Amino acid sequence: MKLDDLQKIAEHEVDFQRAYKHRINVCCSSGCVPFGALKVLKAFQEAVREFGVEKECKVARTGCVGTCSVGPAVIIDPGDYLYQSVTPEKVREIVRDHIVLGLPVKDMLYHGEAFFKKQRRLVLRNAGKIDPSRIEDYIAMGGYSAIGKCLATMTPQGVIYEVSRSGLRGRGGAGFPTGQKWSLVARTHTTPKYIVANLDEGDPGVFANRTLAEADPHAIIEGMLIAAYAVGAEKGYIYIRAEYPLAIQTLQKAIAQAKGMSLLGDNVLETGFKFDLELRFGAGAFVAGEETAILASVEGRRAMPRPRPPYPANSGLWGKPTLIQNVETLANIPVIIQNGGEWFSKVGTAKCSGTKCFSLTGQINNPGLIEVPMGITLREVVYDIGGGMQDNRPFKAVLVGGPSGGCLPEALLDLPIDYDSLTKVGAIMGSGGIVVIDDQSCMVDTAKFFTDFCVEESCGKCVPCRAGLVKIKETFENITQGTGKLDDIAALDKAGQYIKEASLCGLGQTAPNPVLTTLRYFRDEYVEHIVEKKCRAGKCFRNLKKEEDDAQ
Amino acid sequence: MLKDDNRKMMLDKVIKKFDYEASSLLEILHKAQEFYGYLDKNLMTYIANALRLPPSHVVGVATFYSFFKLKAPGEHVVTGCLGTACYVKAVDEIMTAIEQEFHLKRGGSTSDGKLSLFTTRCIGACAMAPNIIVDDEVIGKATKEVVLERVRLTLAGGGRRS
Repeated sequence: MKLDDLQKIAEHEVDFQRAYKHRINVCCSSGCVPFGALKVLKAFQEAVREFGVEKECKVARTGCVGTCSVGPAVIIDPGDYLYQSVTPEKVREIVRDHIVLGLPVKDMLYHGEAFFKKQRRLVLRNAGKIDPSRIEDYIAMGGYSAIGKCLATMTPQGVIYEVSRSGLRGRGGAGFPTGQKWSLVARTHTTPKYIVANLDEGDPGVFANRTLAEADPHAIIEGMLIAAYAVGAEKGYIYIRAEYPLAIQTLQKAIAQAKGMSLLGDNVLETGFKFDLELRFGAGAFVAGEETAILASVEGRRAMPRPRPPYPANSGLWGKPTLIQNVETLANIPVIIQNGGEWFSKVGTAKCSGTKCFSLTGQINNPGLIEVPMGITLREVVYDIGGGMQDNRPFKAVLVGGPSGGCLPEALLDLPIDYDSLTKVGAIMGSGGIVVIDDQSCMVDTAKFFTDFCVEESCGKCVPCRAGLVKIKETFENITQGTGKLDDIAALDKAGQYIKEASLCGLGQTAPNPVLTTLRYFRDEYVEHIVEKKCRAGKCFRNLKKEEDDAQ
Repeated sequence: MLKDDNRKMMLDKVIKKFDYEASSLLEILHKAQEFYGYLDKNLMTYIANALRLPPSHVVGVATFYSFFKLKAPGEHVVTGCLGTACYVKAVDEIMTAIEQEFHLKRGGSTSDGKLSLFTTRCIGACAMAPNIIVDDEVIGKATKEVVLERVRLTLAGGGRRS
């Protein structure tokens, strides 16, 4: 297949889709499938036949719409009507009233317009709109035209220049400038070179990468193709969690389709450019998200990090130059090439351009998957997009950045979301988890929960992380069981600082964040636990209570 | 060594497909677990020999990753999601209720081998938290009552899970 053919497929597909008057998009992502989305899909297919409107209605299986808490979600176009919590029983009524009579069923519609209002969808541009199992759907949205443009009109240096100009920074959490990373790999003369796309997402409470892969797998593949062209790599791996079966299946299918159309392989779009792609499965190790650990895992070893330098850009997979990028970063690339780096740099803030996807969960009214421009405030995310606190309970804290992120109090809600301001207050962007908690949660208990997680996930290679975190865990046990001392507060603080400074990799360097931020912003709760043996939320001292009950 | 059955044949095929490459160890362990349900010592030794790796290396890798099971699970498996969102929504209380009613501990099985209780770090359905998985069915926005009832029904239904 040549570049011109791509254009023809797109035109043909657009004509094909125009022949339908309505498009019924049923969200069949991992969030909606367990709650009956596939049955809903089947019910729609049957209902349009029953009412004799199958020629004017295209029923499509799509990826995540974003409103995960009211799944299964269905969008009917034109008009962008979003139906919530659709069951097979409701489908007949929707088809009859909405499609046949032209009267949308008002009381089944989702009324959280605010959920979408402040979002900006670049990475999730096609999520919920295309059928991820059809490459033609992606091509019709302009897909693969960016790699076409690169191959036909741009030099690798030109591509890197455009990416640098966009100001895009790595979405895996650390925020390293993408263009700079690419030029480091491009500059080395050793071959072969590799690309590893990180889709491991070991943080509990985070599902943005999975959702992206389920909704728009080709955006990741196209991003990898462009990166490969720019840095001169011929082979790539997508490292994906084995716990994500639907995302794996979707990607496998997408890779096969891309190969079938010569978009991957020995002669991409008949230009002589070579790039091949394989999946590699993770197996449940949080530390595998770290760039040197992911390399060890792809090589079939324990996911243990090693000291840097040498950096993977010089010595990565099997000692060869390797570009490691988060899949969200890669999915931004086609948009940057299509619209230009300068256009992209105007989205978001001056220092942090573009958008960020977050899994927004916890005690709020509209949990789900969101994509917001950088610089939006936490308050806007929690109250405008998230719809405020569930049951109107008092806000207590927001956890940003997963188990090694920070717990931020109400006073910091007006903080703009970008790498630097989050780091300043002790949190991190992480791979994009925001969990909102109310007064039913105890901050000491929450910090203990994250510490337990990091103790289990520490690979054990370096002492500060392996032994230090256990020490913190023991101190927490004392405090939450009633044997804590006031000195423990200073001890926790000191241990946290040491671990942060002395650990080998990102896991250890960020693991104390929940401890340090809760100490900083919720110190009175620690004091209460130690001095008064009191837990406001009633989460701690359970053993103590039990002993009292038993004694009576 | 391993019994000469279909599963061994499939495993051999996978190992061959990966060209006996040591770097495909994780892929092969995944497939082995899929075929056999869990990885026991014999299985790991067999894979080690096939890939010409020391058995200690294979065991080291298999024990490092939490996805690999080293013990046979019970007939029915209940898995609680311990992701942050589920934790915040008190999944712990549901887990404790299961432990108390069916007399088992997290990570273990009942003495008759009918039920195992596992935890997983995050299934990524956080908006539906708390999530409990009973055999292969995900129960979202789970409550103690619903889950206990479902487990009781599952156990009463008997039979091996498909």
